[in-house]
Amino acid sequence: MTTELTRLSAADLAGRIHARDTTAVEVTQAHLDRIAAVDRAVHAFLYVDADAALAAAAAVDNRLRCGDPPASPLAGVPLALKDVFATVDMPTTCGSRILQGWRPPYDATVTRRLREAGVVILGKTNMDEFAMGSSTENSAYGPTRNPWDLDRVPGGSGGGSAAAVAAFQVPLAIGTDTGGSIRQPSAVTGTVGVKPTYGGVSRYGLVAFSSSLDQGGPVARTVLDAALLHEVIGGYDALDSTSIDAPVPPVAQAARAGAAGDLAGVRVGVVSQFRGEGYQPGVLRAFDVAVSRLRELGAHVIEVSCRSFDHALPAYYLISPSECSSNLARFDGMRYGLRVGDDSSRSAEEVMSLTREAGFGPEVKRRIMLGTYALSAGYYDAYYGQAQRVRTLIIRDFAAAFERVDVLVSPTAPTTAFRLGERVGDPLAMYLSDLCTIPVNLAGNAALSVPAGLSDDDGLPVGLQVMAPALADDRAYRVAAAYEVARNAADGPLAHRVPDLTEDRLPPPSIAEVVGR
Amino acid sequence: MTAVLMDYDEVLERFEPVLGLEVHVELSTATKMFCGCANVFGAPPNTHVCPTCLGLPGSLPVLNRAAVESVMRIGLALNCSIAAWCQFARKNYFYPDMPKNFQISQYDEPIAVHGSVEVQLADGSTCTVDIERAHMEEDTGKSLHVGGSTGRIHGASHSLLDYNRAGVPLIEIVTKPIVGAGARAPALARAYVTALRDLLRALDVSDVRMDQGSLRCDANVSLMPRGSSTFGTRTETKNVNSLRSVERAVRHEMGRQAAVLASGGEVVQETRHFDEATGTTSPGRRKETSEDYRYFPEPDLVPIAPSAEWVQRLRATLPELPWQRRARVRVEWSLSDLELRDLVNAGALDLIAATVDAGAPAEQARSWWVSYLSQQANSRGVELADLPITPEQVARVIALVDAGGLTNNLARQVVDGILAGEGEPDEVVAARGLAVVSDDAELTAAVEQALAAHPDVAEKIRGGKVAAAGAIVGAVMKATSGQANAQRVRELVLARCAP
Repeated sequence: MTTELTRLSAADLAGRIHARDTTAVEVTQAHLDRIAAVDRAVHAFLYVDADAALAAAAAVDNRLRCGDPPASPLAGVPLALKDVFATVDMPTTCGSRILQGWRPPYDATVTRRLREAGVVILGKTNMDEFAMGSSTENSAYGPTRNPWDLDRVPGGSGGGSAAAVAAFQVPLAIGTDTGGSIRQPSAVTGTVGVKPTYGGVSRYGLVAFSSSLDQGGPVARTVLDAALLHEVIGGYDALDSTSIDAPVPPVAQAARAGAAGDLAGVRVGVVSQFRGEGYQPGVLRAFDVAVSRLRELGAHVIEVSCRSFDHALPAYYLISPSECSSNLARFDGMRYGLRVGDDSSRSAEEVMSLTREAGFGPEVKRRIMLGTYALSAGYYDAYYGQAQRVRTLIIRDFAAAFERVDVLVSPTAPTTAFRLGERVGDPLAMYLSDLCTIPVNLAGNAALSVPAGLSDDDGLPVGLQVMAPALADDRAYRVAAAYEVARNAADGPLAHRVPDLTEDRLPPPSIAEVVGR
Repeated sequence: MTAVLMDYDEVLERFEPVLGLEVHVELSTATKMFCGCANVFGAPPNTHVCPTCLGLPGSLPVLNRAAVESVMRIGLALNCSIAAWCQFARKNYFYPDMPKNFQISQYDEPIAVHGSVEVQLADGSTCTVDIERAHMEEDTGKSLHVGGSTGRIHGASHSLLDYNRAGVPLIEIVTKPIVGAGARAPALARAYVTALRDLLRALDVSDVRMDQGSLRCDANVSLMPRGSSTFGTRTETKNVNSLRSVERAVRHEMGRQAAVLASGGEVVQETRHFDEATGTTSPGRRKETSEDYRYFPEPDLVPIAPSAEWVQRLRATLPELPWQRRARVRVEWSLSDLELRDLVNAGALDLIAATVDAGAPAEQARSWWVSYLSQQANSRGVELADLPITPEQVARVIALVDAGGLTNNLARQVVDGILAGEGEPDEVVAARGLAVVSDDAELTAAVEQALAAHPDVAEKIRGGKVAAAGAIVGAVMKATSGQANAQRVRELVLARCAP
């Protein structure tokens, strides 16, 4: 019975809990059991608080027992939170040693909205340090494994959130997407991941990597589940000046409408820049199949060229490190987190320096140095300034494309999941993982990744990216939901084909491996 | 090491001073620049802090609208243009009293630019100082260095940090280079800061307390040889915390730089500290390389685009500005240039004007402030404006005198009571029993007593020597400690002694 509970969608679980066919406590316990059974192999979680989760679930049950309506359509459903959101009752480490054990004195707006909606937070998920990476190997606490193949990475930076959903440890998770950190992990783990319109989900309490690009969003196994979660966390927040003061786009309604399977009259643009060298043939074949399916659903498909997208990756690797070099300056050991070398023989500057040397991993240091350089006097115009001009061009290309089509589509990532260690020594190869996802972040519009079957060359999941204009997130949901229904009808839900993980295929990561990284 | 100074006259013979003044003003908004914490001075350390002003991971700034309106009003009062679009930037540098290790500040797009202010010097001459810009930024926390002898970081065993001030709204007002002031440069620097202080006080946007740091001045000084038009290397003297120190610091730097240049040396571009006790400046932290703050637009805030309507609405809230007031009262009060200058120098003008606004006749208001109250301020060693009495209270005392309720002598006693913290004028009158006695029964009894005590005088009056009544009136006044209504006493004496 409990195993079955973990296979259900969030919408189904909520329906059963609210109809009192089962209880939130039972559902929560089932998922805690699943975590206990498989997380030694997957290592999706950095922290699990079973007692707090069961207490939160009991509160939902009590409310229902008294005849009160559920606080939200997802009340009682378990969720995993990326460890980059502030939580008063759990540590918030951002996958970094420099924040080991840090307990924020406040909740992020996303955290608060989840609690108020009765969503049961089971714990915090693993991530690349400060969300910098595409494999979750940059976590100071050891890598997360891809449930489809434990020798492979789950993508990143939100590999923990995607893997937890893919491994049926939770039906829902929250990620953050700066250059693809929700969509790319979702693509390579066969889950649904959404980067909402910039400003659609509050960043208050989301530890910043690159402020003008970061955006929180849902991870789920179905498009509808993602939409329901999107509506819980989305909406204006006075604590975030970049939050948009507009209603959340009607994404759940769009997901339901799309599920009717009719895309007649919908204009879909295939971005011609997103294929060619560096793209895995199996991924492109899966993508082409997905596009023909959209045609079969009635969509009008045309090819669209967005030439500035070719410059998106370099622009991203100037803007995001620049902002990160400033955002991460606060981690100096003076007020919270790790402090190294404070033996009263050293100056504050020396303690700051030693703390940062010991507390940050190599990728974070690399980006801080890149950003510091790009912002330096004499280089600003050539690097940061030029990158901002590219950004303007990308925004224009999107605007021109959306004059002609309702949504744009592409593969979410150029390849399927790669092997652990395969790209660790080659940062540029790692950066290419986000080739297709970055333009959306630079422009601030909405996009999602929906499972598009398995690549025929390695049998691993491929994602279809659907991009929509800013504040038209619902368009992407509608198209994705229609596609999901059609693909499931043909091949069955992809998520359910993930291997059984209860039989440990790997020894648990050793203490040395966890601490030594 | 004491710096060698060149004689001031010789400095002026050989060099022309160039000034640049940067004034930082802490706004007196209820809350901080980017969060809801209270903006108060002197609270126990770290009691007005939150995730945002502590710069905790994940926190975000939200701009204080009242602070923006304050700086727009300051800009308008300084005849600046208000930018149609402006934004914040991050100024990146590491220092423990900076919670985020960057300061949110305006950089190349300030909210107010290109203004001017008319400054009146102590000698009565006036000078127009051009304003480059006024921009917004957030204040830092405060470091307290413990265990050293100087209170500076050097030699300290440890440091304590108080973040109450972190995020307090700060306005920086920067002048264009001030050239041509010559000998008047130090006095002009002082007069400019005084003018700003008075302006900010009139706008009611800041406490403008230099002693508490809510008004801080950095003085940039350089010299160019007479006849040259190329600016020399400047020094920046920081945190000069009184009006007098501004003048002294500029004068000292002129003498010091002149001596350096005359001996063939070069002025080092550096930050210097002013020492109140010695009246000299000394080098601050020497920078090996010029600081690179790596400014870039603050991505956590949206740009500000003040509408024309908003600017117009704020313009309408501007009070009468100090120089407008000077022009007006000169005519209305029929003052000579000299009288006006003295009132300005005594810091009495605004107080008198406020007293007049509270209903007092100008002549009496002036008399109170420039004579009795000035004496009180002098004997206490404080500025006139810092006396614990308000223009409204002075106006009330004047009204009581005019209504016959107080004599001038009694009025001074009432003012003494107010200065002693005994309350409002009417409370002091009641508590000290200072009201003029006009009650006939009481006065008649006193008159009877005086006549009985001086039968010879009484006889003279009855005999028609009306002038003798003065002696009886005097006796009654004495017996009533001056509280009797002298006019009424005289009437009663004459009535009693009617032939």
